[in-house]
Amino acid sequence: MDYNKLLNPTIVNEKPSGIRRFFDMATTMEDCIVLGVGEPDFKTPWAIRQAGIESLEKGRTFYTSNSGLMPLREEICKYLKRRFDLEYITDEVMITVGGSEGIDACMRAVLCPGDEVIVPFPSYVSYGPMARLAGATVVPINTKAENSFRITAQELKNAITEKTKMLVLPYPSNPTGAVMRKEHLEEIAEVIRETDILIMSDEIYAELTYGDNRHVSIASLPDMKERTILINGFSKAHAMTGWRLGYACGPTPILQQMLKIHQYGIMSAPTTSQYAAIVALSSCDDAVEDMRSQYNMRRKFLISELKRIGLDCYDAEGTFYAFADIRGTGMSSEEFCEKLMYSKKVVVVPGTAFGDAGEGFVRISYSYSINHIEEAIKRISEFVKEINTGKIL
Amino acid sequence: MEELLKLIEKQPHLTPKQLASMLDMTEKQVEDAIEKFKKDGIIKGYRALIDWDKVSQNHVRALIELRVTPKKGRGFEEIAQVISNMDEVEAVTLISGGYDLLVEIKAKTFQEIAMLVAQRLSPLDDVYGTKTNFVLRSYKVSGVPFVDSNKDERGFDFL
Repeated sequence: MDYNKLLNPTIVNEKPSGIRRFFDMATTMEDCIVLGVGEPDFKTPWAIRQAGIESLEKGRTFYTSNSGLMPLREEICKYLKRRFDLEYITDEVMITVGGSEGIDACMRAVLCPGDEVIVPFPSYVSYGPMARLAGATVVPINTKAENSFRITAQELKNAITEKTKMLVLPYPSNPTGAVMRKEHLEEIAEVIRETDILIMSDEIYAELTYGDNRHVSIASLPDMKERTILINGFSKAHAMTGWRLGYACGPTPILQQMLKIHQYGIMSAPTTSQYAAIVALSSCDDAVEDMRSQYNMRRKFLISELKRIGLDCYDAEGTFYAFADIRGTGMSSEEFCEKLMYSKKVVVVPGTAFGDAGEGFVRISYSYSINHIEEAIKRISEFVKEINTGKIL
Repeated sequence: MEELLKLIEKQPHLTPKQLASMLDMTEKQVEDAIEKFKKDGIIKGYRALIDWDKVSQNHVRALIELRVTPKKGRGFEEIAQVISNMDEVEAVTLISGGYDLLVEIKAKTFQEIAMLVAQRLSPLDDVYGTKTNFVLRSYKVSGVPFVDSNKDERGFDFL
């Protein structure tokens, strides 16, 4: 069997993650301190888990409608209004298997071979492969540390061509922790309003912003709702990664096509998770707030400690990642991560895992206990000292 | 200030410097606040939370419910004080319900606890009823689960 002939070259040519190998190595090392994962360390709040259990006890083990349980979609509309001042009706909401499925469905519903998709980098790793599988070409905007990793109107204008069909707006940003405040979004909206470009706004970290400014969705700006597909879900803020549940909101002409893809590929999102998610939205604001405030304290702790030990780190205002600047060490991101792992048994993720624009940075997750972060800082501090004294080259 | 207390309640090992960075305070402010909490009797002390069952068999605990006659003018204070003075007593709490005081006792054997109740608690003038509940297993103590493993079971995925 000649598998090379068999397989789709588009997916074959997608590089597997280059850092996978030393991550695999880390799992075999004893005493390894990992600050790598991109999911909450909190367990799903008990009330949500209980709602899932109860739905099983009641025997709710059927498929739901393709677009998801109506009570859940109603709760989502209320929630988006309450938290982000967004006006959606249930017909404009579909329940997906995590935010990821929404990203995939949105891209496949919109993109054709030859289309261009503008993607800010460094960013979450799946936009590029998904866009290419849909036949489109990715046009990168390499965001800069001096702009706090935001995209600017000028950068956007420079990237737009007549082939541009979609702008991916992944804020708050994994891996940089960057947020786009209202004034920044307004600049972007100003550019997009003149065009027929669709924004896919991945707001999975919307609840996890810190400081005085709450997250603002671009869909809440004038004329933008009609040109935005909003992607969100329960994984991050509600600590529900394993439940695999998200949602997409947007104009019905687009959503209807996304729904077909979902219908043929997925049927419906997990029923147990959908029942649990109703409770997540109707009665867990306090639990979300509590987790957020814990992330915030860890964030401040981690960033101030990184600065103290001599690694520059801008004040990331969202998600649960710090994006530390390691350019001062003279090492590449991968080199830094690899040497840190081998010499001090600490795992952080090279910025380049999220695109070339991440060179010179490492992503450090703070979805870990303070004790864990503290131990990691101690080891990273020794590592940095050894670099500075020439002990590690 | 409640934020500071909440933090040190759970993580007393954090240094003032670390606490300061987490709470947008200066190191001096944190130190002063902690000093004041101690002076005002708000922070009573720092203790390790130990699961003694994992250490040896010679640790038993009981929760003793006591019915007592409150003293005129002093209520339950006097008897609570007397009981608190006993070395074996870990905690004394005034409760509502069928009993008045809940007394937690630590000893080496169940026998010792039984003797303590029979010979020292029951004979107290104001005590007119006791109920001894031996602790079989602790599942959660001071907000910390004693049975769940703290193992990080998250998939090793960096996305």
